[in-house]
Amino acid sequence: MQDVAAHSWDASKTALPAWSLPKDAVDRIALPAHWPERVTREWALGGSTGAGVRVCILDSGVDASHPLVGELESAVVVSVDDDDEVVAAEDTEGDVSGHGTACAGIVRRLAPDARISSVRVLGSSFTGSGAVLLGGLRYAIEQRFDVINMSLSTTKKPFATVLHELADSAYFNRTVLVASAHNMPVESYPWRFSSVISVGSHEEPDPLDFFYNPSPPVEFFGRGVNVEVPWLGGRVLTVSGNSFATPHMTSICALVLAKHPELTPFQLKSVLYLTATNVGGGT
Amino acid sequence: MSEHPDLRAAVAAGVVGSEESYRTLLSAIVEVARSIFGAKASSILLLDEDTEELVFEAVVGEGEDTLLGTRFPAGTGIAGWVLATRTPLVIEDVQNDPRFASDVAEGTGYVPKGLMAAPLLHEEGALGVLSVLDRPEQTLFSLQEMELLGLFANQAAIAVDLLQRARRAERLLGEGGDELDVVARLATAVDKLEDEQRESGLKLLNHLARTLGA
Repeated sequence: MQDVAAHSWDASKTALPAWSLPKDAVDRIALPAHWPERVTREWALGGSTGAGVRVCILDSGVDASHPLVGELESAVVVSVDDDDEVVAAEDTEGDVSGHGTACAGIVRRLAPDARISSVRVLGSSFTGSGAVLLGGLRYAIEQRFDVINMSLSTTKKPFATVLHELADSAYFNRTVLVASAHNMPVESYPWRFSSVISVGSHEEPDPLDFFYNPSPPVEFFGRGVNVEVPWLGGRVLTVSGNSFATPHMTSICALVLAKHPELTPFQLKSVLYLTATNVGGGT
Repeated sequence: MSEHPDLRAAVAAGVVGSEESYRTLLSAIVEVARSIFGAKASSILLLDEDTEELVFEAVVGEGEDTLLGTRFPAGTGIAGWVLATRTPLVIEDVQNDPRFASDVAEGTGYVPKGLMAAPLLHEEGALGVLSVLDRPEQTLFSLQEMELLGLFANQAAIAVDLLQRARRAERLLGEGGDELDVVARLATAVDKLEDEQRESGLKLLNHLARTLGA
């Protein structure tokens, strides 16, 4: 079994052709051929620590001083100025609620060598919160993070179209958007879009257990019940909810991408399917 | 009539029911939620969009005598977080959670150790938050409870929507003065009539409408 990652892979070479495939261009999109006979979880993420993978926590900010979180690669706060322009500035405030810190702590625990950044889209005011959410996601996609953890959703339909475009542009630019599914009977976004990895909760205690859902729109279930997480003030709390299952799947994506950086979001999703606990990963 | 929202409001205020009945419905919802979860308290907070504050609209159990009507900024506390993210959340050991607005809790002499909170979502908006405080300590949280909480929150959101409609109607009616009050009283009276009397009442109103050229 030869590791696909052993191939030198340059994503930029795959940029052409864009819309069609002339005969003489076939060689230019040759893909790594040495896939294992069977994609196992060991092949996918065994021994990985998430090294080098850039993970963005799009949330309430992250408290980097918590010992269970540690150093961040960057931290920005997104806001809307007086001219309704979305602005991203260095975030010196940290976490305004604790939730982003909890998500970052889960990623740090499971993928300790991932490079974590924070993009804060939650503050103390509700005014313009939808625009801030969209602006923050757009900023994160422009930064070309490998994985964006989004434990939030919006119920505002006017935002759905823009969110859809953003989710697709992330998907085509090799940024994996991992989004928390809503567990209430409402329409919300962006988790319902097929270009993202949507996450609901399971009750199993193993943080690397994850399940593929054959009845979408929720595609995967990650650990989301009675999870110990870091919180503000150096505290540790026990929490439950899909918003904590999401960073578990984010971590699993980071582990796989660290070992197989050539994978596109489409391929990564296929690997996740093949190695899900209820598909091939449980054996 | 669609060109006259105040007249519509007057008729609506006459027939949709009073604010009091919807408040009773909210109280019933938190009472059942508390009972089902075996919790010490349960409450419904509503968002006041004008002031960006959360207001206790229904409280049962610990704090029910003091919290009703209490306000705090919508950006604070666990409820504020749940509202902003529209995401349900379960937290144990709330005393250690800086998001918990302890000044509100301590005002009641009661600080909970655990809290489940879900947003009240109606159409595209988040109207408020349903909270259930202190389930029995020995029970670990399960997904089944989260589902149940979501169902209660859904029910509460419908009741809150009705309450807010009644309030809007009554406010418009108040602004319209005595003239609209007549319309509201007329609507109430016709609504209460039964069978033949109701039929006669509606006929009379139709005659009146034709006479007035409506």
